[in-house]
Amino acid sequence: MIRRTIMTGAAAAALFAGSLGAAGAQDTILLGAAAPQTGPLAGGATVTHWPAVRLWVQQTNEDGGLQVGDQQMTIELVEYDDQTNPQQAIQAAQRMATQDEVDFMVAPYSTGLNLAAAPIFAQLGYPMITGTAVTDQQPALAAQFPNMFFVLGRTSVMAEDTAQLLVDMRERGDLGDRVALVNVADAFGIEMAGISKAILEENGFEIVYETSYPLGTQDLAPVIDGARAAEADAFIAWSYPGDTFALTDQAIVQNFAPQVFFTAVATAFPAYQERFGDQIEGVLGMGGVNADDPAFQEFAQAHMEMAGQAPDYWASAATYAALEILGQAIEGAGTTDRAAVLEYLQDQSHEYATILGPVNFNENNDNERYWTVGQWQDGVFRGVASQGRDGVTEVETFDGWN
Amino acid sequence: MTTREIRNFIIAAALLALCALLPVYGSPYWLTMGTTMAMFAVLATSWALFSGPTHYISLATAAFFGVGTFVTGLGFQSLPFWALPLIAAGIGAVLAALVGLVTLRLSGVYFVIFTLGLAEMVRQVVTWVQNQTGHRGMYVLTSITEREIYWMLVGLGALVYLLGWLIGRSRLGFALRIIGNDETVAKHLGIDTALAKVALFMVPGAVAAAVGAMLAPRYIYIEPATAFAPLLSFQVVIMALLGGTGRLWGPIAGVIPFTLLWEVITRQAPNQTLLLLGIAFLLIVYVLPGGFVGLWDRLRRRYGGQP
Amino acid sequence: MFILITGLLLGGTYALIALGLNLQYGVARIMNLANGEMLVAGGFAAFWFYTAGQINPVVGLIVIAPVAFVVNWLLYRIMLQPLVTRAKSRGALEVDSILATFGMSFAFVGIMTWAFGGGYFNYAFLAQPVEIFSSSYAQNRVVAFVLAVVIGGALWLWLTFTRTGLKLRAVSVNPAAAPLVGVDVRAASALAFALGGAVTATGGALVSMFFTLDASVGVLFTMKALIIIIMGGVGDIRGTIVAAVILGIAETAVARLIDPGLTLAAAYLLFLLVLLFRPQGLFGKARG
Repeated sequence: MIRRTIMTGAAAAALFAGSLGAAGAQDTILLGAAAPQTGPLAGGATVTHWPAVRLWVQQTNEDGGLQVGDQQMTIELVEYDDQTNPQQAIQAAQRMATQDEVDFMVAPYSTGLNLAAAPIFAQLGYPMITGTAVTDQQPALAAQFPNMFFVLGRTSVMAEDTAQLLVDMRERGDLGDRVALVNVADAFGIEMAGISKAILEENGFEIVYETSYPLGTQDLAPVIDGARAAEADAFIAWSYPGDTFALTDQAIVQNFAPQVFFTAVATAFPAYQERFGDQIEGVLGMGGVNADDPAFQEFAQAHMEMAGQAPDYWASAATYAALEILGQAIEGAGTTDRAAVLEYLQDQSHEYATILGPVNFNENNDNERYWTVGQWQDGVFRGVASQGRDGVTEVETFDGWN
Repeated sequence: MTTREIRNFIIAAALLALCALLPVYGSPYWLTMGTTMAMFAVLATSWALFSGPTHYISLATAAFFGVGTFVTGLGFQSLPFWALPLIAAGIGAVLAALVGLVTLRLSGVYFVIFTLGLAEMVRQVVTWVQNQTGHRGMYVLTSITEREIYWMLVGLGALVYLLGWLIGRSRLGFALRIIGNDETVAKHLGIDTALAKVALFMVPGAVAAAVGAMLAPRYIYIEPATAFAPLLSFQVVIMALLGGTGRLWGPIAGVIPFTLLWEVITRQAPNQTLLLLGIAFLLIVYVLPGGFVGLWDRLRRRYGGQP
Repeated sequence: MFILITGLLLGGTYALIALGLNLQYGVARIMNLANGEMLVAGGFAAFWFYTAGQINPVVGLIVIAPVAFVVNWLLYRIMLQPLVTRAKSRGALEVDSILATFGMSFAFVGIMTWAFGGGYFNYAFLAQPVEIFSSSYAQNRVVAFVLAVVIGGALWLWLTFTRTGLKLRAVSVNPAAAPLVGVDVRAASALAFALGGAVTATGGALVSMFFTLDASVGVLFTMKALIIIIMGGVGDIRGTIVAAVILGIAETAVARLIDPGLTLAAAYLLFLLVLLFRPQGLFGKARG
């Protein structure tokens, strides 16, 4: 038995060795990327993560690659499927670093997988610029993992901005006092609902209906019925893709049309618009972009041409921007030496030009300028609230499912 | 102790030392692989301790594992780390006893389905409680390194093997073998079959919870969806059955090749990983009934040789 | 009333999900863990028909159901029959079929990801409201419910009153004794498996009208289906339908009156009660 195991091991090792080969002379930069292609988050990663990563590599190479010192270097992408499994995400990062010997790595997709892979990135000294991790722990995380940078923003601020938007609308006289607050029962939903509830109550809103539902629930007729029966003026749902669709669907069917209708993740997906057409005029959602910015429009156009689908109006751009930042840091440092690039990134005086606009990182490796709330207006999902971003559009009242 | 047992003990100790020293001679890559293998080896071996003799297929590993990670997530700031796997093991054992008391009187099918659903149900109750208490996301930021996790797993593995060996020699082990062969006969012999099964079911429950507690620092961000992912239960079953559950060394003989195969497939076909895994899986089922243990026994029978 | 009707509609959906698996498990003795993937495949086919050809999913069934029948028949003959022949006991077959179909479910997810990509799929068909007792419900759910009733009723009538149905039930009750009364167990099992697959794919096409699907989502449906058939009793169509409806109403009631966060816990509590008091399932016969 022992001998057989050793032989199997040897055979596997031989296979590994056989697949290495192409490490060659340094005129290309090897870029490793592991993210879900299967598993529960594959749906989101297919919309948001993969097309943005591939697009950046393709465009950078079409422009002749990165200017590193006096050398022009093209980029070669190494892809792995982490199966939405933290165990696999850790193994993939380790494999890319030590077996494929990639020069840099793309941060994984989603908060959970990013954090699972963070120690390996830190231990191996790879810069980790995440476009899809939203958390509130930036200070603690940055202290433990000084190589980790956050582009997408902070959860608490997003919940605050959403609540603040309601306060503003009420001041304008567009909104009553009664709020229905629902959330998907996982860490994300619970945290967001908690923060927004506190702020709404502080500002004298009345939470008339409050509930949570399990991850993966798509039978949400009771939730919409409950909110409708409570005569809510505003409906806030901290939801995930499947339930975002199901809630909207049920609201249309039951003709539940409050003055504010907000669903969280996937409201900014192009599939949301394809599914509901112009019925969603005025629906609010998480994220947003400056849709009038030519840089974003150019990105959306290229995304459409390459992937056959539009980008989402939120994290797609952040994922792409994370790679733009990495590219500019490599060019700025003038070397593919990871320690030097990391040092360049940690220097807070550096600013990066991205499709999100200019980005820089504070002492917590945190980007302080980002979009928080968006709204479907004339078939485009426009940012209606942000932290320090230009191009904020005035929020409109939701006038029913037309 | 017979001379054969002494010989086996020496071999086992040597192998254990070889495993324990992996962080010293292996690269970081192999340490990561080793941690995964050690985790599955411990889970699959403890799983086989129960499911091997009783033929009940338990799909509850993910439930116990998830409970363990949550014990660490909740307790790592207030308690010393070494205490957490112990607490997790205690909770896992109690949970297993409860589940066992309810379902082990029934025939195998109900047990399979119930254990499969258990992970989902525990996950939902945990999130519901979190929701009621307005709990925030759970971050396990510790200074524990992969090397330390690996050593803890190897230690736990040694414990599981020792326990398996002891059970095999004990009255309980004997009783369970009779139950596995024919439950009616066992009852006639005056064996309290339900109690024996429940007692044994507590072993994988406790071990899986302890493993979960040990691995939580590796995941950092604990969320129910990943802590209770049902895939884990299936992986453990497959690896144990690939090795074979008839012998104590069976499961690990499945874990090592399977983990390597998984890695090779992931590397060679990053975009078709799942498809190829499925096919590899089917090949194992069709070509290797009884797992490696079965193959080993057949080979030995064919070429003579004394057991 | 809202709870009752919403619960009934949900129960219809559950029946669509579980009926096929009951045939496969009850008669052909295959605990098919790839059942959910077959359902998603049916849904994808309906999606493709609707978006590429503007063919409505109910009409699409004319193609989807027969194709699924043939595919599942081949699956059984080629992949699963060797396991049945090899198995020494019911327990051994259970282990083998769990392993094999789990492998298949991986392979199916892989194939679907490769063919359709990993993204979300949904479309709007009959998403307009219909008024029943002064509350609105989605038309597509009502259509799915009606078809669930039709399919369930037809299956029950067929199993109860036809010769072939009788053969299937004989195999379901005792596969060892069935040959003694002249039943070809292999053919009957293959037929039941194929029919189950066709029903599952049909269910998939129907639920795709209102569920958002992706290639990896099948396992959720498999789990639900398993719970329902065990609750209802293995091999009994009536039991599956009753269990599906009870579960649908109970979940809706819990979601609306107590907390949607506890629907699954409620389902398991029900499941547990059934197990404790009627371990053979609501309509199952005690095992001999």
